Amino acid sequence: MEDRFVYADNAATTPVAAEVLNKLLPFYTTEYGNASTLYRLGQSSHAAMENARREVALTLNAQPSEIFFVGCGTEADNMALRGFMHGPNAKGRKHLITTPIEHHAILHTADALEKEGFSVTYLPVDHDGTVDLEALKQAITPDTALVSVMFGNNEVGTLEPIAEIGQICRSRGVCFHTDAVQAFGHVPIDVKAMNIDLLSLSGHKLNAPKGVGAIYIRSGITLQPIITGGGQEKNRRSGTENIAGIVALGEAARIRREHMEQEIVRLTTLQNKLISGVLERIPQVWLTGHPTNRLPGSASFVFAGVEGESIVLDLDNNGICAATGSACSTASLDPSHVLLSVGLSREVAHGSLRLTLGAQNTEEDVDYILERLPRVIERLRVMSPVWKE
Amino acid sequence: MAYSEKVMDHFTHPRNVGELPDANAVGQVGNLKCGDIMKIMMKIENDVIVDVKFQTFGCGAAVATSSMATEMVKGHTVQEALKLTNAAVMEALDGLPPVKVHCSVLAEEAIRSALADYYNRQGIDPTPIVGCVGDCDACHDIHKE
Repeated sequence: MEDRFVYADNAATTPVAAEVLNKLLPFYTTEYGNASTLYRLGQSSHAAMENARREVALTLNAQPSEIFFVGCGTEADNMALRGFMHGPNAKGRKHLITTPIEHHAILHTADALEKEGFSVTYLPVDHDGTVDLEALKQAITPDTALVSVMFGNNEVGTLEPIAEIGQICRSRGVCFHTDAVQAFGHVPIDVKAMNIDLLSLSGHKLNAPKGVGAIYIRSGITLQPIITGGGQEKNRRSGTENIAGIVALGEAARIRREHMEQEIVRLTTLQNKLISGVLERIPQVWLTGHPTNRLPGSASFVFAGVEGESIVLDLDNNGICAATGSACSTASLDPSHVLLSVGLSREVAHGSLRLTLGAQNTEEDVDYILERLPRVIERLRVMSPVWKE
Repeated sequence: MAYSEKVMDHFTHPRNVGELPDANAVGQVGNLKCGDIMKIMMKIENDVIVDVKFQTFGCGAAVATSSMATEMVKGHTVQEALKLTNAAVMEALDGLPPVKVHCSVLAEEAIRSALADYYNRQGIDPTPIVGCVGDCDACHDIHKE
């Protein structure tokens, strides 16, 4: 096949959809009013923001009054953990339960809370990256205030048993937060049916721009604000609202919601073709994460005898954007905490590759990856002193 | 973190990659746990490195520093090769990101390790000549600095 450009790193970020961009642009130029002002220009911004809030709420089966806009997914995660543990609903309980495969926005926040005197339990996950529900039941104590388990994992794609976790938490009187940054707009989420109390989401994972996110806070829960100021977002999150970003997030949520079923079928078909193609065409490669219960479009692997950063660089030379959890891609010498947590050895974890397909990807993209990736792996293996067929 | 054009050139088109069946000096440094392994194979005649090949498991910088290091010793005497430093390899590549400096150290050590093997095969204790050939922990220490 001829050289082409294939963006296969949609779990990192996504391009802003054309419809979304059209919808947001006027809020930078003609509709620039501050939503807190009384004149019509400001009230028009306010109305657009409230419309976006309804779209996000509808996508979660929440009430608009339970949606609060923030700057990014990381901020939502910080609000959920810090705001809840320090807030009134914790009722003095000091114990937080989470998992070792969370995003750093959760893990580093949990570390910080631990330094403040809170205690943290990390639930074990199995080889597929699925949280152990029995371990959760046993970990909950009278001192447990909050459980935080991600909806879908960003590195290995595994979808967690959120409804079951929500059921356990609700029956035990413990609040449940889920980091749904990778999942929102990609798989159906019903905060009521799933007994979710707090949920984090981010715009740029669903073809809205970077710099906007939201948190769902179930009615009746109060988070201690981590940003104080002018009292925007009903005092939950001060700071002049990013109207253009919020409008974009609302529009992106609407598009995702209206096309979710077809898009899940389409992406799952491409994902299956990609996974089976890689496993058939390349020797000594393994799928990471759950074999079927995955985020649509997510394919993650480890390859024997090659190192992940080299794979990513060589794929880039072929026009393909992908990601790795290899140590060499980070500032530390440790491979991804997620890959180590699902039981991979450090040796194997160095050869990881993540391909995440999104709205703009086609079957031709998958064919192109399936043509170029085997060549890349072959070239690197020929160079490798540890590769043995 | 961004690589220079030279690093990408040596990663994409590595010089002297492959095996050298008639090598008389072979060195391997690093380990799989750390994610970098470099193997250097040399054919040395009358103290001149007449041929050199490498194989590397590692990141783009690991491949590029191996490639550059082999270029810098090929055709040179053993004594000249012993003077190769990681700084010289880095400079020749127009620099490396700070987290990748250890790759250039590994390349220097791989060359030294091969030269140590060359002396060993002649029954000469290489330690006074070649010095210490580091291990993976040395890289970790550099990272911590």
